[in-house]
Amino acid sequence: MRSWVQALRARGVIGMNERNAEYIQRYNPRRLYPLVDDKLRTKRLAMEAGIAVPELYGVVESQHEAASWLAIAEQHADFVIKPAHGTGGDGIMVVAARTSRRQGLFQLVDGTVVSEAGMCHHVSNIISGQYSFVGSRDSAMIEYRVESHPCFDEIAFQGVPDVRVLVYKGYPVMSMVRLPTRQSRGKANLHQGAVGAGIDMASGRTLSGVLGNDIVSEHPDTEAPIAGFTIPSWAHFLSLAARCYELTGLGYLGVDIVLDRTKGPLILELNARPGLNIQLANKVGLKSRFDRVDAWTQQSDAEEKVAIVREAFSHC
Amino acid sequence: MEERRYSVGLIALLLFVVGGAIFIYKWQVLGFPARPDAQTQVWTVEVTVSFDAGPGPVKAGLYIPGLTPGFAILEENYLSRGFGYTPVYVRGGRQVQWTRRRARGTQTLYYRAVIYKDRALIAADTTPPFPEPPTLSEPFQTAMELLVADVGEKSADPESFTTELLGRLSRADSDQNVEILLGAAPTAATIARTATTLLAAARIPARMVRGIYLQDRQTRATIVPWLEIHDGTRWLYFDPVTGKQGLPDNFLQWWTGDDQLFHIDGGSNVDVRLSVKNEFMSPIDVAQRRSDERESLVAKFSLFSLPIQAQAVYGVLLMIPIGALVVVFLRNVIGMQTFGTFMPVLIALAFRETQLLFGVLWFTLLVSLGLIFRFYLERLRLLLVPRLGAVLIIVVILMLISSIVSHQLGFESGLSVALFPMVILAMTIERMSVVWEERGSREAIQQGVGSLFVAALCYAIMDLKTARHLIFVFPELLLAVLAATLLLGRYTGYRLLELHRFRAFYRDSS
Repeated sequence: MRSWVQALRARGVIGMNERNAEYIQRYNPRRLYPLVDDKLRTKRLAMEAGIAVPELYGVVESQHEAASWLAIAEQHADFVIKPAHGTGGDGIMVVAARTSRRQGLFQLVDGTVVSEAGMCHHVSNIISGQYSFVGSRDSAMIEYRVESHPCFDEIAFQGVPDVRVLVYKGYPVMSMVRLPTRQSRGKANLHQGAVGAGIDMASGRTLSGVLGNDIVSEHPDTEAPIAGFTIPSWAHFLSLAARCYELTGLGYLGVDIVLDRTKGPLILELNARPGLNIQLANKVGLKSRFDRVDAWTQQSDAEEKVAIVREAFSHC
Repeated sequence: MEERRYSVGLIALLLFVVGGAIFIYKWQVLGFPARPDAQTQVWTVEVTVSFDAGPGPVKAGLYIPGLTPGFAILEENYLSRGFGYTPVYVRGGRQVQWTRRRARGTQTLYYRAVIYKDRALIAADTTPPFPEPPTLSEPFQTAMELLVADVGEKSADPESFTTELLGRLSRADSDQNVEILLGAAPTAATIARTATTLLAAARIPARMVRGIYLQDRQTRATIVPWLEIHDGTRWLYFDPVTGKQGLPDNFLQWWTGDDQLFHIDGGSNVDVRLSVKNEFMSPIDVAQRRSDERESLVAKFSLFSLPIQAQAVYGVLLMIPIGALVVVFLRNVIGMQTFGTFMPVLIALAFRETQLLFGVLWFTLLVSLGLIFRFYLERLRLLLVPRLGAVLIIVVILMLISSIVSHQLGFESGLSVALFPMVILAMTIERMSVVWEERGSREAIQQGVGSLFVAALCYAIMDLKTARHLIFVFPELLLAVLAATLLLGRYTGYRLLELHRFRAFYRDSS
């Protein structure tokens, strides 16, 4: 067991305790949390800074206007309903289409059909705070449903893959792409069974993947090899991530970016407590990269940070 | 960061030291027991004096234990109907003096003391002056002088002098001087008395001590004389008959000097009876009474000063910090997941009443039934808070039904279900159903079983007899629990389950 600990240390793997005590507590002041915990606020902040985000169709903030979501959704063929304070992808409902306007049935991406009343109940649950980790009142956001870029078709099952970039002191140090699976029901969430694939910071090419805590080389549903796939406009992803640091001031930040078919990379959400599975997906310990960033003279410009990172953290 | 770690360590150390110091003081000095089942031996020593009163006023004096090296008096009572009594200090120690102007017929006086062993108590007596050499009539004076001179030749200090002297006195027939001094067939008291005189001739302070052996149950304990000498710094004890030095463990010193145990003016047909009874007492009682006598602040701050009901409540409450420490350890060092941070501690408290096996069964049953209802409620599309309320009410109803049904069937354990924290159960059901829907049944059941396992482990540790006893008798140990929790709060190493989670890292490297 001791040798296991030594092996992990040698690879610079950080554990939950170290992440919480040495990085989150140290670089993420609590007063900054609301900026990212409230997705509505994050979205507005990003829009002000001119960063692309999925368009917000509307917000439902109180129980008595719960029915108003319909008026908002009416104007759009497909959309996403999510809790503003949700965590880990819980409570997100992606409506792909309406089966019949007259019967008021909605088809979700995973194929299930929900009635209008069912949707209403979900919105009401969100507002009551069922998915909010604060446990208090929440609001439901209705926004643009990102359309998956065709380049991902082979390695994603339904849903939209998203790219998680871990940003340390403004330097994008590690990243992975999360690929939805049948098990995750089209959601790009590792806890729900999505595959995470590490990405070479220099080229944007995928490395091997991780499902749960196990290394996988093929997508479980499409059976396409996970490694060797290049994310388009990778440089753009990295500079978006780096700019999010300036937006929030959080020193240990997870940035989730999706690639839309028509609108390109969009910031989906930010996370002040990003998880540690990114290490498994990349087979690299985070600490090894944090330590190198700490050794550098700190740049102030986001683009310069990206340039340094791409040179330093190449897998080739 | 380093500074923070340093100050956490410092605070933890301080808490450890303070908690530990109070613990050691209470344990070692006040004698609070560190083991749950330890019992302290106490002796009840009773003196019964009966006599025929008259003529004239009665004035009686009874020596009572005063200076008792190795023992302490827990409590004493005097029982003497119609008599006035006063405990006084006299030359030979402590006396109770009974007086009565007029009395007729047979009178009985009682003295009773409860005595326990206290090694810390030593003879705290002043250093006596050197005695004047006694003058005796001839032929005793010459015999004494010869014997003292002879023994003095063969010894170096008061200790060896006494040993040598008692050796001579025990062989009365071998030495003519000894024979003159002791007479024929000397008793232990005679030897002790003579030795005192001889030691005074050698200018060694000495006195006769009387006492009893505390052993088993004695209805008529015999008073044993003992010889005490002062070597300039401390008192030394010698058996006058064997000459052996050192006081036996069970010798209770009663009084000093040549007086009788009891003397009376205005009475006859005196019968003095000394009985000893051996008893066992809860050591907590002993320690508590003793610290009351010392007016110790630490003991005043004790839980035992609270009413019994409050004590019972604290007996349970004080185990919660232990449970919290277990949860902190299991979560941050082992890496287990539970529903609700301290939910397992509260479930563990309920297990105290239900016992583990039934507790686990009841918990599983209630949560499963609750989940079924919760899934049905989901279909009714209720708002969150009313739904939570409904789940809570259903939990209470389920508890009621299971109590009644199991009682009818003759399982008394079903009654204790009522002690499950129902709000916690309702919240667990709610959290579990959300996880079930969002993450799937596998993860929900996994976390549920994990919580139950943590609760069972908390229960096992919180139910340890020693732990319960220690924390109840020494609540200051909570400071140490706090210190340990603070230290765990700065533990930044890997959690045990993370070694499994990150196994891909060392699998491929090896």
